[in-house]
Amino acid sequence: MQLTKPRTLPSQRTLNFRKWFRSFRFKTIITILIIPGAILFIAPFLWMVSTSLKDPKLVFLMPPQLIPNPVLWDNYVRAMTRLPFGHYAMNTIQITVLCLIGHLLTASTTAYGFARLRFPGRDFLFILLISTIMLPSQVTLIPSFLIFRYLGWVDTFKPLIVPDWLGGVPFTVFLLRQFISTIPIEMDEAAKMEGASFFDIYWRIILPLIKPALAAVSIFVFLWNWNDFFYAVIYINSQDKWTLQLALNAIRRNFADRAFVEMEIIMAASIVVMLPCLIIFFTAQRLFIQGIVFTGIKA
Amino acid sequence: MKIFSSWNKLNFMKKEAIWGYLFIMPWIIGFLGLRLGPMIASFFLSFTEYAIISPPKFVGLANYIKMFTSDPAFRDAIRVTLTYAIFAVPVGLSLSLMIAMLLNQKVPGVTVWRTIYYLPSVVSGVAVSMLWVWIFHSQFGLINVGLHAIGIQGPAWLGDPSWALPALIIMSFWSIGGGMVINLAGLQGIPTELYEAASIDGANAWWRFWSVTIPMLSPVLFFNLVMGVIDTFQYFTNAFVMTAGGPGRSTMFYNLYLYQNAFRYYKMGYASALAWVMFLIILVLTLLIFKSSPYWVYYEGFRKR
Repeated sequence: MQLTKPRTLPSQRTLNFRKWFRSFRFKTIITILIIPGAILFIAPFLWMVSTSLKDPKLVFLMPPQLIPNPVLWDNYVRAMTRLPFGHYAMNTIQITVLCLIGHLLTASTTAYGFARLRFPGRDFLFILLISTIMLPSQVTLIPSFLIFRYLGWVDTFKPLIVPDWLGGVPFTVFLLRQFISTIPIEMDEAAKMEGASFFDIYWRIILPLIKPALAAVSIFVFLWNWNDFFYAVIYINSQDKWTLQLALNAIRRNFADRAFVEMEIIMAASIVVMLPCLIIFFTAQRLFIQGIVFTGIKA
Repeated sequence: MKIFSSWNKLNFMKKEAIWGYLFIMPWIIGFLGLRLGPMIASFFLSFTEYAIISPPKFVGLANYIKMFTSDPAFRDAIRVTLTYAIFAVPVGLSLSLMIAMLLNQKVPGVTVWRTIYYLPSVVSGVAVSMLWVWIFHSQFGLINVGLHAIGIQGPAWLGDPSWALPALIIMSFWSIGGGMVINLAGLQGIPTELYEAASIDGANAWWRFWSVTIPMLSPVLFFNLVMGVIDTFQYFTNAFVMTAGGPGRSTMFYNLYLYQNAFRYYKMGYASALAWVMFLIILVLTLLIFKSSPYWVYYEGFRKR
């Protein structure tokens, strides 16, 4: 008599294969669902790059050329020399850097004060701070404009920079305070025993320990200021004080009457203005994602 | 010297309090000078007529009465902003959740896919507005070229009063990557035991989604919903650069209308009244969402009402 395995029971190999096949089928379906969306999301970027490299005569072609032929790198030179772009870039960098320094410095001192020091009225003041997180800036916009106008600051960079030196945005203060609260208070007390002042504690202990939070905050402060158009358009008038955003808008206005002429120039200029944001994203991707998750801010 | 000796005489608690006020001083100045003060001022300005060149003239409730009785542009601004909020916010949220669920699976190249979906959220400002003006071009824009390829004659988009607002809503879906990342983090925070327990109880994928994923993710969705509505009332750059509120007033967003009143027509009093009405609308909408939250937001450790 021959011993055979009963046919009804599948072998271990068949089972493994079935499991593998099921997971393979599942992953394939998911990938098939992901790809079309990814193409839709990347297409505008490709379209932009493609247009920016086209010969002006070939921009308005039906059906359009997807890969430009010939590739005109010269469009970028033309875009940069059309307006004094370097000058506007310097203006934007100056504003952004000053905002960053002020925001990080004053938001962190305020956060430290609220998190660690005891003084009368602290909790009440902190509730006030939290209640202004949701306050839309439009409510304070017009009197703020009148104050800055009274001080003679309209058409200078000050209205764009000074608010960042006055505690920044309440949300960042709140965030940093929460972050400081997770640092063991024993660190402060040990330093106090050694005779450290409150400023020493802030500067030598707290600041180094909240570096990850400060990094996340700086990414967003950079993006807000780099991309700001609303306040720039309100406060800046003279052409030599324009930021990159205002310059881009002016390029559009210049051609409004001859709508869509020189689209390749506009696209090249737009790519150059976007580039720093993309570079920051690709160099600090992990920090970036952590920052969004941590703060709930959507750039 | 005198200051130093009296400083030394202060006891520790008083010193700590003085240091405390010093540390939060930047915020106190900012709060008084840039928030509380201006808030009070704009409240009073909203009852005046003020064109900067002459002192403000008290007009009582006239600004508010005009807004609700004889200003068709105000009504359009409300209609445009709410329409955008009703379509762009919930659909954007659902799409970002769907994508987050797909990208939460272990498929090959998932980090590349995540980057591609997130990338558009990194860029903003006038450059993005420019890009989309070109994409929506009635003849040579990417969208109408694509539609033409499958035999559909696309509309004039930004040039057509009935298609300009839908165009801006479609454009908003391009930058749902931020919401996607937040949802992804939320999904990864859901303990797998919950799904296993649900499976043992015989729940299929669809039922697991409704009974585990949605309740566990509801605080995140709730936060994004509130922020989305507030953001809509602040919508400015795209409307300013791409359509200037037109054609007609079909994309006259609330914030753009406020800006025009204040800085184009110099109606500072009327613009202040607009700002206060905006504040109240946001407040009411946020309160409504908060009040409704016990019925659909699940917080661990709290019993649902």
